[in-house]
Amino acid sequence: MEFLQPTTWAEALEARAAHPDAVPICGGTDVMVGINFGHLRPAQLLDLTRVADLREWTTEEHAVRLGAGVSYARVITELGDRLPGLAMAARTIGSPQIRNRGTVGGNLATASPAGDAHPALLAADAVVEVASVRGSRRIPVTDFYTGPKRNAMDADELVAAVHITPPSGPQQYSKIGTRNAMVIAVAAFGLALHPDRRTVGTGIGSAAPTPRRAPAAEEFLAGELDAAGLWESRAELPAGLAARFGELVAGSAAPIDDVRGTAGYRLHALSVMARRTLTWAWAEHRTASGNDSAKEV
Amino acid sequence: MRLTCTVNGTEQQVDDVWEGESLLYVLRERMGLPGSKNACEQGECGSCTVYLDGLPVCACLVAAGQAEGREVGTVEALADADALHPVQQAFVDAGAVQCGFCTPGLLVATHDLITRHGRPSDAETREALAGNLCRCTGYEKILDAVRLAADRMAGTAAGAGTEAGGDR
Ligand SMILES: Cc1cc2nc3c(=O)[nH]c(=O)nc-3n(C[C@H](O)[C@H](O)[C@H](O)COP(=O)(O)OP(=O)(O)OC[C@H]3O[C@@H](n4cnc5c(N)ncnc54)[C@H](O)[C@@H]3O)c2cc1C
Ligand code: FES
Ligand code: FES
Repeated sequence: MEFLQPTTWAEALEARAAHPDAVPICGGTDVMVGINFGHLRPAQLLDLTRVADLREWTTEEHAVRLGAGVSYARVITELGDRLPGLAMAARTIGSPQIRNRGTVGGNLATASPAGDAHPALLAADAVVEVASVRGSRRIPVTDFYTGPKRNAMDADELVAAVHITPPSGPQQYSKIGTRNAMVIAVAAFGLALHPDRRTVGTGIGSAAPTPRRAPAAEEFLAGELDAAGLWESRAELPAGLAARFGELVAGSAAPIDDVRGTAGYRLHALSVMARRTLTWAWAEHRTASGNDSAKEV
Repeated sequence: MRLTCTVNGTEQQVDDVWEGESLLYVLRERMGLPGSKNACEQGECGSCTVYLDGLPVCACLVAAGQAEGREVGTVEALADADALHPVQQAFVDAGAVQCGFCTPGLLVATHDLITRHGRPSDAETREALAGNLCRCTGYEKILDAVRLAADRMAGTAAGAGTEAGGDR
């Protein structure tokens, strides 16, 4: 085995191009498990932890450009206010030790249907920036997941960053597992309300071959909020609206039975999580209104 | 490959490290520091917790080469020549050690917790130690040990006399 240690992004991309079979390693929280158990024996490990650019986040045109190598711990402490949905998801990941090492870039590259960053990124309309020696391109996160543990990157590409616009409204994340810490999601749901665009973002985890959105539920909810003037009035949600939203979210899932749960349980859990997250998010939207008017007075 | 890093304040160099080897293996098998334990090799148990550049991490999930030039702190560095660290002493006094396999990892995680939070609430403690599994104690004595260590360390910080006075 060879251990490649580029110190600049350009070197990293060159190493990637020269060794398409190399396995990149960032936090190592997926890769090292594979190596320790003998499932992974790459000819080269491509260590990305020396590339300083990857560990940075910046603000570009209102969006946060989150370097692929920023740890979950830093997402929580440094970006909890700007990227609340992703930070909520990050808080549910592994343990403090795992959050100190694990990265959003690694989660994206692994592209597990159970990865916790995905529902939050989907709900927030994030855009993944990938790069190779040929140049860089941006892939809407909705198009990034192509199959179970497969993604839209070419063999010579690396994840450079993910671009996420801080929300104009509340965001929520909910995850079902057997305990609070250290669990792979049985099912997960991310929600973002976008009052500025009058749209709704959703993300489903662990309940389909890939992380995915629930478009029918998004359109339904945005339409109902619009029709009743609720975005502005911030009045209470009509009875049954949140429950119907939950049903439609579950309708977009395609779960399987496995050791962690049955398909039926996952569908039920999703509809409950969608209903609850909407209730929480709407309560937040309503309080935000109270604050605004208080300021105006 | 050759690996050079600072471990517990001393520069260490080891040769013939396999590229896929974990930092945990290097510490235990090549540097003679068996304090960090190997129980799961998959990040689940926390018994291998060490500081890497000041952050607690699972040494089993750090590739050896990723530690090149970095600072590693292990449980071996907590005690000084003649006394246990207050965190260690608290684990002894509270009876938080049974088989002891989880203890080194818990000591490092607790040391980090108290260093950052001073006197953590029980909820903060549970959250901070969620990545450290113990099969023996049922955790109650561990919580006792964390409270005891935090109180004693706060006492020391406020002045040694306070703690001695408080004990009587
Ligand atoms: C105990 C434990 C608990 C966990 N709990 C959770 C959890 O609750 N939720 C969750 O979602 N995940 C969890 N994970 C999985 C893991 O922590 C995450 O997937 C994490 O985001 C991986 O990031 P990393 O930087 O450690 O990735 P690495 O292990 O370094 O890499 C992961 C994959 O991404 C590739 N890669 C890394 N960076 C790049 C890049 N910049 N460009 C291209 N490819 C790249 C690697 O080649 C590899 O295929 C857990 C893992 C462990 C060990
Ligand atoms: S041995 Fe590293 S976490 Fe269990
Ligand atoms: S004392 Fe035995 S595992 Fe904790």
